[in-house]
Amino acid sequence: MRGGWFKVYALAYLLFLYAPIILLPLFAFNDATVIAFPLSGFSTKWFAALADDPPLHLAVKNSLIIAVTTAILSTALAVFAARASTRYRFPGKAGLMGLIMLPLVLPEIIVAVSLLSVLLMIGVKLSIFTVILGHVLVCTPFCIAILSSAFQSLDRSLEEAAYDLGETSFSTFRLIILPLVMPGIISSLLISFTISLDEFIIAFFLAGTETTLPVYIFSQFRFPKAVPVIMALGTILVCLSIVLLSIAEFFRRRGLARSGAKDTGGFL
Amino acid sequence: MKSDGVLQRLGRSEAASGLAMISPTAVYAILLLAAPLALIFVYSFLTDGYLEIIRTFTFANYIEAWTNELYRVVMIRSLFVALTVTAVTVLLAFPVAYFVSFHVDPSRKSLWLFLITIPFWTSYLIRVFLWKVILGYNGVVNSGLMGLGIISEPLQWINYNVGAVVVTLAHAYAPFAILPIFVALEKIDRSLLEAGQDLGESRFMTFLRVTLPLAMPGVIASVLIVFIPTIGDFVTPQLVGGPEGRMVANLIQLQYMKLDNYPLGSAIAVSAMLIVTVVSLVFLYLNRRYLRGPGA
Amino acid sequence: MTEKPTMIEFRDVQKYYGDYHALRGINASIRAGEFFSLLGPSGCGKTTLLRTIAGFEDISSGTVLIDGKDAAQIPANKRPTNMVFQSYAIFPHLTVEENVGFGLRRAALPKDELGRRVGDALAMVGLTGFGKRAAHALSGGQRQRVALARALILKPKVLLLDEPLSALDKKMREQMQMELIKLQRQVGITFVLVTHDQEEALVMSDRIAVMFEGQIAQLDDPETLYRRPKTRQVADFIGTMNFLPAKVLSEVPGGCEVEVAGLGRCQIAADQAPSGRSDQDTTVGFRPETLTILYDGQAATARETPGTVEEVVYYGDMTYYDVKLDGVSSPVRLAMRNVPGRPVLDIGTRARVAWSPDALVLFR
Repeated sequence: MRGGWFKVYALAYLLFLYAPIILLPLFAFNDATVIAFPLSGFSTKWFAALADDPPLHLAVKNSLIIAVTTAILSTALAVFAARASTRYRFPGKAGLMGLIMLPLVLPEIIVAVSLLSVLLMIGVKLSIFTVILGHVLVCTPFCIAILSSAFQSLDRSLEEAAYDLGETSFSTFRLIILPLVMPGIISSLLISFTISLDEFIIAFFLAGTETTLPVYIFSQFRFPKAVPVIMALGTILVCLSIVLLSIAEFFRRRGLARSGAKDTGGFL
Repeated sequence: MKSDGVLQRLGRSEAASGLAMISPTAVYAILLLAAPLALIFVYSFLTDGYLEIIRTFTFANYIEAWTNELYRVVMIRSLFVALTVTAVTVLLAFPVAYFVSFHVDPSRKSLWLFLITIPFWTSYLIRVFLWKVILGYNGVVNSGLMGLGIISEPLQWINYNVGAVVVTLAHAYAPFAILPIFVALEKIDRSLLEAGQDLGESRFMTFLRVTLPLAMPGVIASVLIVFIPTIGDFVTPQLVGGPEGRMVANLIQLQYMKLDNYPLGSAIAVSAMLIVTVVSLVFLYLNRRYLRGPGA
Repeated sequence: MTEKPTMIEFRDVQKYYGDYHALRGINASIRAGEFFSLLGPSGCGKTTLLRTIAGFEDISSGTVLIDGKDAAQIPANKRPTNMVFQSYAIFPHLTVEENVGFGLRRAALPKDELGRRVGDALAMVGLTGFGKRAAHALSGGQRQRVALARALILKPKVLLLDEPLSALDKKMREQMQMELIKLQRQVGITFVLVTHDQEEALVMSDRIAVMFEGQIAQLDDPETLYRRPKTRQVADFIGTMNFLPAKVLSEVPGGCEVEVAGLGRCQIAADQAPSGRSDQDTTVGFRPETLTILYDGQAATARETPGTVEEVVYYGDMTYYDVKLDGVSSPVRLAMRNVPGRPVLDIGTRARVAWSPDALVLFR
C-alpha cells in the first residue's frame, strides 16, 4: 500500500474531519428530539417542518439575495484588482494590494465592528444592503487569489499577438483574455457565493432587524426543540455546498483542459 | 529628446493604466476598510456618553482594557487557546500535507485536496453546533459511551469550557492548515531530495535538512492563517465555551451590542489586534533566525 | 542592378528603460523583399529593436520608418507588420483554423472565402488537414507553422520573427531553416529575424546586422561578415577566428606591409583592413580553413611556416588541429577536410603550414 503509515494517518484524519458532518444526515432522519444514541426510527418529519417555517424562508431569501449580489460584486472587483496586479506596475501597488487583501488576516469581528461604527456614524440604516457591503469586503480577497492565478497563467504574448493581428484592447479582452480566465471567474463566483451564504458574524452585526440564514440558525440554538430541525437544515446546506464545490472543481478542471495548462491541484 | 508619438504616450501611462484598473477595488477598500479601521482606532481614545460618544481624548479605555482583571484573563485565555489550536492543527496537518504531496499519485492529488477542503466550505455555524451537540450532556459522546457501558453518568467536563473550544476550533481550522504546507511542499524540487540521498544521507536526515527548511514558508503561512482568525473567533466560544470559555470576540460583541460602549469595545479590539500583530512578528522574527541557522 | 526600395529605416533610434540605455543610436535600412537578420548575444537589444518595428516598444528618440511612413503615428494593431513570437502565442482555446483566421475576423469575409484563405495558408506551411485540431494539442514545430500561417494570411509587408527556432531540437531546427528560406522566396516579402545563433543567421539571411550592447557593429551580407569582419568582437562572434599579434611596418600603395608573428612578412590590401587604418602594434586574424597543413610530398609553396601539432579533434568530415606555430605562444586552430590520402596526424607531429596574405584580416 503506497504511503504506508502516512496513508493510515491521512485516512484517520479525513475520518475525524468528516465525523461530525456525518452526524447530520444521521440525526436529521432520526425520529427523536434529542441528539443522542441509540437511534430511534427513520423519519422525514424534520424536513417537513422546514417547509412550514416562514421566518426560515425569509431568512433563506435574504441570504440568497445577499450571496448572489456579493458573488457578482466581489468577482467584478477582483477582476480589476487581479488584472491590475498581474499586468501593470504602478506606484503604491504593494500598499493597495495589501489593504485589499487585509480581510484575509483580520478576524471577522474586527471588520464587522469597524464597519458598524462607520455606518452608524454616517447614519446608514442597517439592512441587507449593509450586509452585502461587509460580505464583499471579505470575499474579494479570496476571489483575487483565484483570479490572480488565472491571469498569471496567461501568456503575455497572447495579448500582443492579438494586437498584432489587428484587435483593440477591448476586443482582445473579450476574445482572448475573458475566455481564458472564465474558469477562474466561475470558481470565484461560486466560492464567494458559498462564503457569503455561510457568513455569520458580519451579518449578525450589520443586518439590523432583518435576518439571514446563519443569523436565523444562531437564534434557534437556544431552543432545544429546534435542534433536530437544524440538523435537517444543516444536511441540506452541506449537500448544497458539496454540489456547488463539485461544480466549481469540474469547471476548474475543464478550464485547465481547454488551455492545456498543468493541474496544480486546488483553487488557491 | 523624446518622440511624442501615440506609442510613447501609451508607454508612459502604464502606471496610469494600472492605477485606473485597480481603482474600483482600491476605493472600495479604502472607504469601507481603511476608514472604518481608522475610526475604531479613534473611538478607542474617546469616552462613552449616555446616548453618544463624547469627543474628549482619553486613555481611560485602554487602562480599563488592560487593568481590568476580567478582561486580562479573557485576553490571556484567547492567546492560550489560539496558540494551542495553532500548534495542534499545524502539527497534525503537516503529515497529511506531506502524504498528499509525496505519497499520492499526481493524478489523484486534486481529489485528495478536494476531499480535505470540502468540510471547510460547509457551514461553520453548523459545524460548531455539531460539536455542541456531540459534547453535550445528552449528546452523542455521552449517550454513546453510556450505551456501550463505559460510563454510567454523562461526562460534564467535556463541554462548555476551554477544552471544548480548543477541540472545536482545531477541527474547524484543520483544512486551513493543510493547504499552505501542501503548496510549499509541492514546490520543493524532488531532485534536491534525491541529491541528498545520493550523497549518503538517510531519508529522515534528508527530511530534516532539506525538506523541512524548504517547507518552512508554508508552515509559517499555515501558522498565521490559523492563529489570527482563531484568536478573534466569536461563534465557538459563544456556543461551547460556557462562562469560563469566553474569548476576546465575545467581550467585544458585548461592549458593542449589549452595553453600547463603543470606545471600550474599540479599545479592546485594538488591543487584541496589537497583541496579534506582536505575536505574529515575534514568530516571523524567530523563524528568520531559524532559517538562517547552520545547516539550513 | 538597381537596388531594391527600402522597407524599414532606422534613423538614430535610441531607447532607454529608465537609466538603462538599451538602444544606442541605431542607423540602418532594411530593403523590401530581403531576408534580414538581427544577430547578437542575449541583452544586445536585438529583440527590443524588432519590437519597435512591431510597435510593442516605443522609442525614446529617433525615427522608425515603415514603408516610408513614420511608425510613431501608427499603433501596433494597425501596422503593416506581423510577428511570430518566440513562444508562438497560439491561442490555446481556439482550433488551428480559428487561430489562423483570427486576423481576418475584422475583414468580415464570407464564410467560404475565409475557409479558402485559411486552407491556402495552412497549405503554405504544410499543415493541410490540421484545421480542426485543438491548438493546445500541437507539437512545437506544428505550433510554429500555425504562427507563421496566422501571420502570413494577412499579407503583411514585413514578417517579424523573434527567435522562432530556439525552442526546437536540432533536426527540427535545420529543417525549419530551409523551409523558412523557401517560404520567404515564395511569398516575396521582407523577413526580419532575431537570433543569437550565428550559423542560423548565416544560412538564412541576405544581410545580417550584428549587434552588441545596443549598437550595430557591422551590417553586411553573410560572406562579407565572415571573410571581412570589421572588429575582433564581430570576428569572434561569427564562426571561429584565430588571432596573431602583428606589426604594421609601412604603408604601401593600396595597403600596408605587416609582420605577423608565426607567419612572416607580407602586404595586406586595403580591403583586408575593413576597420580602416590601424596602429603599429595590432592584431591579424584568419579563419581555420584558410590555412593548410602540407603533407609529405606536397610541393613547397612560397609561404610556408613550421609548427607542431598539439591537439587533434576528429569530426568525421573534418579534423581540427591545434598547431603551435614556431615563435607564437598560443596555438592556432586549423580545419582540414578528411579526404582519402590524407591520414589524421598525431599529436607532436612537426607540420608545414601553408598560408597566403589574402586569408588575413587586419584589425585595429
